[in-house]
Amino acid sequence: MTAQRGGWLDAVRRPDLPPAGEYALRLADDALVLAQRTAEWVSAAPEMEEDVALANIALDLLGQARSLLTRAGELEGRGRDEDALASHRTEREFVNCQLVELPNGDFARTMARLLVFAAYQVELYSRLTGSADEVLAAVAAKAVKEVRYHRDHATQWVVRLGDGTAQSAARMQAGLDAVWPHADELFEADELTDALVRTGVAVDPSSLLAPWSAYVGTVVEQATLVRPDVTALPGGGRRGIHTEALAPLLAELQHIARSHPGARW
Amino acid sequence: MSAPTVEEVRAVVATVPDPEIPVLTIADLGVLRDVRVGPDAHVEVDITPTYSGCPAMDAIRDDVHGRLRDAGWDDADVRLVLAPAWTTDDMSADGRRKLEAYGIAPPAPAGSPGPVPLGMPSLSVPEGLRCPRCGSTQTRELAHFGSTPCKALWSCRACGEPFDSFKVLR
Repeated sequence: MTAQRGGWLDAVRRPDLPPAGEYALRLADDALVLAQRTAEWVSAAPEMEEDVALANIALDLLGQARSLLTRAGELEGRGRDEDALASHRTEREFVNCQLVELPNGDFARTMARLLVFAAYQVELYSRLTGSADEVLAAVAAKAVKEVRYHRDHATQWVVRLGDGTAQSAARMQAGLDAVWPHADELFEADELTDALVRTGVAVDPSSLLAPWSAYVGTVVEQATLVRPDVTALPGGGRRGIHTEALAPLLAELQHIARSHPGARW
Repeated sequence: MSAPTVEEVRAVVATVPDPEIPVLTIADLGVLRDVRVGPDAHVEVDITPTYSGCPAMDAIRDDVHGRLRDAGWDDADVRLVLAPAWTTDDMSADGRRKLEAYGIAPPAPAGSPGPVPLGMPSLSVPEGLRCPRCGSTQTRELAHFGSTPCKALWSCRACGEPFDSFKVLR
C-alpha cells in the first residue's frame, strides 16, 4: 500500500478530521457498516434464535458506532454529531475496512466474517481500554465485553458447521476462503496510526495480528477446516476506497435521513 | 424554591422503572450512577447503559427528566456516562430477587466465574441455572442471545418451559 501514497489514490480522499477524530471514525465506520449488514439477516436467518442473535449483535455494533461517531464529531469540533456523520457522508468519506461491507453471502460466510472481525475487535478493544483518549478508552471497556459474546457465537457456528456434514463443511470452508483475503487490511498500520500510537491514543493495528491469528487458527483447526492460503487483496478502505458493495448499503442506511432532513434515530 | 438535597433527588429518580424489565428500577439495576446538586440548585443525574446499544437509555433519560420536572426541579441535566463500564455486579441483591420473582433467572453474583472465558470458548452448552418457574436446575441454554441484549434464552427440562436469563457481564 505504501507504494501508492502520493499517487492517484491519495487524491481521492485526505483525512479531513484531526488524527484522533479520523481514528475514531475508522472504528465507528467498521461498526456501523457491519451493524447494517448484519441486520439484513433479521427475519431471514436459518432459525428464529439466530434472527434474535444477529439482531443483538447488530445492535451492539450500532451502539458502539454511535458512541464512536459522537466522539469523532467532538474531536472534529465543527458541530457534526452522530447523525450527521452517519447519514451525510458519501461513500468516499467512509473509512471502514472492506471486510465489513462485503455482502453477507450464505450463513457460513456471514459467520466466517463475524469470526474474523469479532476476533479482531476483541484484541483491539481490550488494548484500547488503555487509550490516552478517555472516551475511546471508556467505549472500548464497554464494547470488549460485547464483542467477546460475538466472537464466541461465531466460534460455535464455525466449529459446528466445519465439523459437521460434508455439505456444511464445504460451505464453511468456502466462507472462510471468501473473507480471508480481506482480513489483512485490519492489521495495516499507516502514518495516522503510527502518530497516534506515539501519543498513546491508538492501538498499533499490526500488533493485533499475532494474537488474532492464534485465536482464529485454533478455531479453524477445531472446526477441522483448512486455514485459507490466499493472497491478501489490496484494501484501501481507510482511505475511502471501497468495493461496489458499499454504495448500495449506504443508500439504504441513509435513505430516511436524506429524504427527511432533521430526522433522528 | 430552595435547593433539594442529593438524598431528595435520589429518592425521586431511583424509582424510575427499566422500560424493558419494569419490575426493576434503575437503582436496582445499577444504571443510576450518581446524583449531584449544585449550590445554584442545578441537578445532575448520571446514568450508564447496560449495553452500548441499549435502546432503553433514551426512555430512561426522558423518564428521569419527567420525574425531576414533576418534583419542580426544572434545571437538570441527565448525563450518559460510560466509565466505569456497567457490570451485572452493579445489580442490587434486591434487584436479583425481584428479577427471579418476575421469571428471569438473575445473573450470578460477584465472585462467581464469568460466562465468557478469555481463551477458546467452551463448545459445550451451558447448563444448571435455577429455573425461575419451578426451581429445578435441570436446565440448559437454548441461545446466547435473547429478547434484549442483556438476556439469554434458556429452557427447563423439569417443567418444560423456556425462560430468560440475565447474562453475567463483567
